[in-house]
Amino acid sequence: MQHTTTIKAGGSEKDYWKDLWRNKQLLLILSKRDISVRYKQTLLGVAWSVLRPIMTMTVMVFVFSYVAKLKGDEGIPYPLMVLCGITIWTFFANTFSQISNSILINSNLVSKVYFPRLLMPLSSVAVGFVDFLITLGIFLILTVFFHHPLSWNIIYLPAFLLLAFITSMGFGLFFAVLNVRFRDIGQLIPFIVQVGFYVCPIAYSSRLAQGTWYEKYYNLNPMVGIIDGFKWCLLGNKAYFNPNSVYSTAIISVVILILSLIYFRKKENTFVDHI
Amino acid sequence: MSVITAENISKKYIIDHKQKSSGPSTFRDIFSESFDKMFSSKKKSQSHFDEKEEFWALKDVNFTIDQGDRIGIVGHNGAGKSTLLKILSRITEPSTGQITIDGRVASLLEVGTGFHPELTGRENIYLNGAILGMAKSEIKQSFDAIVDFAGVEKFLDTPVKRYSSGMYVRLGFAIAAHLNPEILIVDEVLAVGDTEFQKKCLGKMRDVSESGRTLLFVSHNLTAIQALCNKSFYFEKGKLIDQGETTHIVTNYLSKVSHKTLERHWDDVNNAPGNDQVRIKSFRLLAEYQDNLMHIDVRTPMNFQFEFWNMEEGANLNLSMHLYTFTGECIFNVGTASQQFGKGLVTGTCEIPGHFLNDGSYVVSMMIVKDTSTVLYNMEEALIFDIEDYRENVTWYGKWPGYIRPNLNFSIRQTEHIVND
Repeated sequence: MQHTTTIKAGGSEKDYWKDLWRNKQLLLILSKRDISVRYKQTLLGVAWSVLRPIMTMTVMVFVFSYVAKLKGDEGIPYPLMVLCGITIWTFFANTFSQISNSILINSNLVSKVYFPRLLMPLSSVAVGFVDFLITLGIFLILTVFFHHPLSWNIIYLPAFLLLAFITSMGFGLFFAVLNVRFRDIGQLIPFIVQVGFYVCPIAYSSRLAQGTWYEKYYNLNPMVGIIDGFKWCLLGNKAYFNPNSVYSTAIISVVILILSLIYFRKKENTFVDHI
Repeated sequence: MSVITAENISKKYIIDHKQKSSGPSTFRDIFSESFDKMFSSKKKSQSHFDEKEEFWALKDVNFTIDQGDRIGIVGHNGAGKSTLLKILSRITEPSTGQITIDGRVASLLEVGTGFHPELTGRENIYLNGAILGMAKSEIKQSFDAIVDFAGVEKFLDTPVKRYSSGMYVRLGFAIAAHLNPEILIVDEVLAVGDTEFQKKCLGKMRDVSESGRTLLFVSHNLTAIQALCNKSFYFEKGKLIDQGETTHIVTNYLSKVSHKTLERHWDDVNNAPGNDQVRIKSFRLLAEYQDNLMHIDVRTPMNFQFEFWNMEEGANLNLSMHLYTFTGECIFNVGTASQQFGKGLVTGTCEIPGHFLNDGSYVVSMMIVKDTSTVLYNMEEALIFDIEDYRENVTWYGKWPGYIRPNLNFSIRQTEHIVND
């Protein structure tokens, strides 16, 4: 097999995507590494992935439902709504922060071997995905507990998961590049995630934003449409969801992803010079 | 047939002189910079610009490498060797120029790249193999051979953080050794590991080259380069200044390598290092070169001359000189007797005879001491010099052990003859 490589300045290689595909085994192995490393050496192991969302949910339910007396959508148990929001939000937040840090965490690899750098952010999604599946499992168990039957809407779930993935990739790649250049970004990410938690309809319903002056701006946040849609899939038609928002969400997310990808590809060959 | 063709390769780095450390920049820098620009005149921002200096780690490098060539790359630290390897292994891209490579490249810039301490030896073999570009089937195929080469059978399911450093390195190299690339790039991995292991590595690399594959090898170990490589590149300050037969290149390199910091002097007393009491004028090493060679070898007598200005009338001063190996072990400390000096220039000399120090790199520090107890000024790492090896009538070429290599009166003679009838 003859295999010719050309290396030149600024030369984004034309068979980059082929290269990426050729390295799919590496992607798998890096993902496996992240997952097995994560659960090694922790006392409770996988239990953490179960405990964390349940504890967050309990606190949220207590604070927002009993203390702040926030109302969810009619006919939906408040704890279920919160857990539903937490499930998809945690997936987004985890993958977003993992992607943002993926290049720096793997800096020893960046400075010693070549492979398409996009593999690092891609593989870092794995841990978030496993956690997502666990939280989703908890949610399904709790629907039985609250006697809240699932609806057929659930078949659209993968679409919203994909949208969440695209959004986290879009933002994450951008921050991953910045993070290599400016280390302050590392400090900023947890802050963004924390603000996002309150800006997005997790502990409340987007219905509250209907008809207000800030509604337009509120809907610009792609995560709003995704979280609403996700709730609609899992909680049924009683959950507030504006189907039209899917289009704007999809367009915004995809455009951000494309821009970030272009930025990432442009910068990836010089990552090592800043590490 | 050429497998690697490099045309006009250059790599530029920007050095920012404002930044003390070369660490990553922060938003703060950008903010303060743009703030400065906003409020300063054009002239001032121009000077800002000047503080950013271009540094060419590689400059206009051209070469071709044929299939089956074993190329050794020699040069000082910072000559651009590692940058070249990084560009060839696509870790960083050149600022200008183009390289065409025919064939699969595997580069070994570090042993055990990407090993994760929490993972077991087995998991790390798969991880590291995949990182180095092996397919899973290839790793499976050579798994037993890898384990065998590294000698870690018993610890396969132990996390590598519990491995001894020797085991860690052995496992790392074993994986790399079972790569089957058409072009292998190796950077100074032999610096680690024991002699036994180094022999194993060299053997493996010889196998690679004998099977007709192409090898690029960077090392400070010239013996290894001479043993392995048929051709060599000599880099200096980012330029490929010589290439050709390994023996020729190594000789050329050795003749240039010997001068380091052999002299330092300050002509203006006000700018000279020191303080109110003493200021340094000069410190130099004068060598009596042998055989018209311009380098110091183990035979060469050396003379250290140290001049300083004494600013205090009637001070009781003495000099104290330390000689260290390059790795920092002190070989000796000698001092002069203490003596009263008037204001003005004071000169001290110290002779180190030939046939005294072993070959290697050395660092000299000079101290000015007052009243035999107070250090007035300590000039650390003032001079740096190399002593090359020289042997006569010896057919053994291993590293001569010891810090010093004195020519003592050591003789043998026959003291009794056994006469057979």
